[in-house]
Amino acid sequence: MAEVTGPPKPLAKAEAGHDAEKPRFEMRGIRRAFGATVALDGVDLSVRAGEVCALVGQNGAGKSTLMAILAGALTPGAGTMTMDGRPFAPRSPLDARRAGVAMIYQELSLAPHLSVMENILLGMEPARFGLLDWGRTREVAARALAQLGHDEIDLAARVETLSVAAQQLVEIARAIAVGCRVLVLDEPTSSLGREDVARLFDLVRRLKAQGHAIVYISHFIEEVTTIADRVVVLRDGRNAGGGDIATTTPDAIVAMMVGRQMDDLFPRSPRRRGDAILDVDRLEPGAATFTLHRGEILGIAGLIGAGRTRLLRTIFGLAPVRSGLVRVATFSGASSPSDRPSDRWNQRVGLLSEDRKAEGLALGLSVADNLTLTRLEAFGPAGFVSPTRQRAAASGWIGTLDIRCAGAGQTAGELSGGNQQKVALARLLHHDVDVLILDEPTRGIDVASKAQIYALIDALVADAPDRPAKAVLVVSSYLPELVGLCDRIAVMHRGTLGVPRDVSGLTERDLMMDATGVAHTA
Amino acid sequence: MTARALVDRGGTLIGLALVAAIFGSLIGAQFFAPGNLELMARQTAIVGMAALGMTMVIVAGGIDLSVGSVIALSTVVIALLLKGDHGPWVAALGGIGAGAICGLANGLLITRLRVVPFIVTLGTMLIVRGAAKGLADERRIEAPTTWLNDLLRSGAGGTWLPAGIWLVVVLALVMGGVLGYTRFGRHLFAIGSNERMARLCGVRVERRKGAMYAAAAACAGAAGLLQFSKLSVGDPTVASGLELDVIAAVIIGGGSLSGGRGTVAGTLVGATIMTLIQIGCSQRGLPNWVQQIVTGGIIVAAVALDRVRSARS
Repeated sequence: MAEVTGPPKPLAKAEAGHDAEKPRFEMRGIRRAFGATVALDGVDLSVRAGEVCALVGQNGAGKSTLMAILAGALTPGAGTMTMDGRPFAPRSPLDARRAGVAMIYQELSLAPHLSVMENILLGMEPARFGLLDWGRTREVAARALAQLGHDEIDLAARVETLSVAAQQLVEIARAIAVGCRVLVLDEPTSSLGREDVARLFDLVRRLKAQGHAIVYISHFIEEVTTIADRVVVLRDGRNAGGGDIATTTPDAIVAMMVGRQMDDLFPRSPRRRGDAILDVDRLEPGAATFTLHRGEILGIAGLIGAGRTRLLRTIFGLAPVRSGLVRVATFSGASSPSDRPSDRWNQRVGLLSEDRKAEGLALGLSVADNLTLTRLEAFGPAGFVSPTRQRAAASGWIGTLDIRCAGAGQTAGELSGGNQQKVALARLLHHDVDVLILDEPTRGIDVASKAQIYALIDALVADAPDRPAKAVLVVSSYLPELVGLCDRIAVMHRGTLGVPRDVSGLTERDLMMDATGVAHTA
Repeated sequence: MTARALVDRGGTLIGLALVAAIFGSLIGAQFFAPGNLELMARQTAIVGMAALGMTMVIVAGGIDLSVGSVIALSTVVIALLLKGDHGPWVAALGGIGAGAICGLANGLLITRLRVVPFIVTLGTMLIVRGAAKGLADERRIEAPTTWLNDLLRSGAGGTWLPAGIWLVVVLALVMGGVLGYTRFGRHLFAIGSNERMARLCGVRVERRKGAMYAAAAACAGAAGLLQFSKLSVGDPTVASGLELDVIAAVIIGGGSLSGGRGTVAGTLVGATIMTLIQIGCSQRGLPNWVQQIVTGGIIVAAVALDRVRSARS
């Protein structure tokens, strides 16, 4: 355990102005792959002392991976890093912290039952002969908060009694107390109100004046243009451009985030819009009104945290309906606000969860169990299940969807991400639902599986003489996917679903503008 | 089949064989004499019966600490009913029914109050124990002799094994069938493996859990019937701490406290391993403390093996 032996280095004096042109840290040609998926392919990033650099990009562009490498949580496959001109290769998060890299994540990491000062000095408590030195604890914590200009926070207060904004301050104070030189703020405003955001920006400017190098990650372009000096855009694991904020327009940033699209991944069979099958009327939360038809794919775009997943869960009966209606047309009985997932399955509506590991699959059970759970009735009379018939049915889907596994009895957790996702999707097909609600259907899976899933979704809604087309409602953070798949797209922004618009004539840029709120402010 | 897969699938059986071999070599062939084997079966019956229900609970990711108390309550209820001139059938069903009611209460508290099963059943363990003592006026209750007293007596009724053991065997077959071949059973595995997924897939999680805790406590009630048969009195202080033996049997048998895994066969083998240690130690003249240390060691070893297995997958 590191002890504080002297006052933290007077950062303001030592660092500001000192070689201001040289980068505080520099990452060059950073490469990182996870299995066959290349998350980062030669990314450069450097930030000077006293500079706020915004790091932006779509979900999956590689921001988190890049920051995890900077923070020592991941090691790069290739590339070099320097800190103040010296080679920097942290072996662990602790290593990086000692070198002065501090990360403030969206999810704060504080001990809620401990006091403010205990939290600020967590892991580096000053001690004398093994006894905690409360006097020095108080002193160091007070100095860190004073440096942030927030000495009004009660040092003895339990952290859980503070507002989210104040908790965030405590976490930043902790970074200051350990003498951080590089501060990474990951979506710091996502849970703050308007006034707190303004106060946070004041704080960021203050830290900047004190000579910290700050990386600011945000989806909100208006924030980036307000607070950053420079912007770096990532796309598909590569640098997609950037520049001084003064000379870069929000439009240009969005254009760099979106890039060009690849059409051939997305087949489009002839589709014919059929009967209305799912009717959502002024549903709260989500302010959603739309009608989904057979033979149609309706997409919902938006940022993470915009409320898309909650809307899907509300429609499916997994989250409570505050007001409004969900009607499933093919179902003869009336839908009610108290419908549960079991009712939805009976109405032939199925949901694919965005979180495959935590909710989508039971990784400890077999492929067959996972695939057939919603419709075990097919395998025997009166509550009985024949494992043989269950496995036979699962084997059929394994063949149809080209799921790579040792057999229907294999444990789902042993499959690759793409194959797991196919199992989760096959569950909806086995149930033979009419409406497929898909939440991030291709998150974290390889390109080959993605292409197969796109083709499958397209085939489900294709016009065919022998069977009625199905209807698909899909949420995705990956815009090319939405534009490539959907017939209509609605954008969700800060908890409100917009009106679905026809995809012809819509560009990813329009969607990104709506999702990031550029159109709302400019 | 690789050696590793063999250990994976038949780990508990190998453990049983090892324990049997050790005591067999220490004690000699008489350890495996028919009379001794029957003694072992009788010793295993009570824990085994309760463990059948516990297997279900642990497969679904739950726990039931109240089984020891339920067994005691069941013996008291049976004795009281017999004393009140009710027939043995009524008394037996009364004991099992009393268990089922306790289990239903467990299930309702767990699903309605959303309190974790460990805490709820810790509470009902005390409540049920207290209720048993209150009903019995803190005394043992003598009951008239009926055929219920013969359930675990060897040679009674001319059967090859005591009727109580057959009861365990039949119930084990039923429970194995329920877990492996019914929607209810498959749903329990789904709940234990990933409750959020089960909910997503339309499993009525609360109902399933309620029914499961009731059925599990009914098994404990049936274990109480066997306990009564062994004691021939209703004893509100009996089976104190037995819940730990019951849980240990399931865990040694490959059940996982994090849910989603467990088999009826494994549980019975686990219960048998514990009996083997008990009987082996006492017949070898080893003191009780040795027996406890060995049993404790086996529990830790079984769970460690489980950790290694789940870390690999």
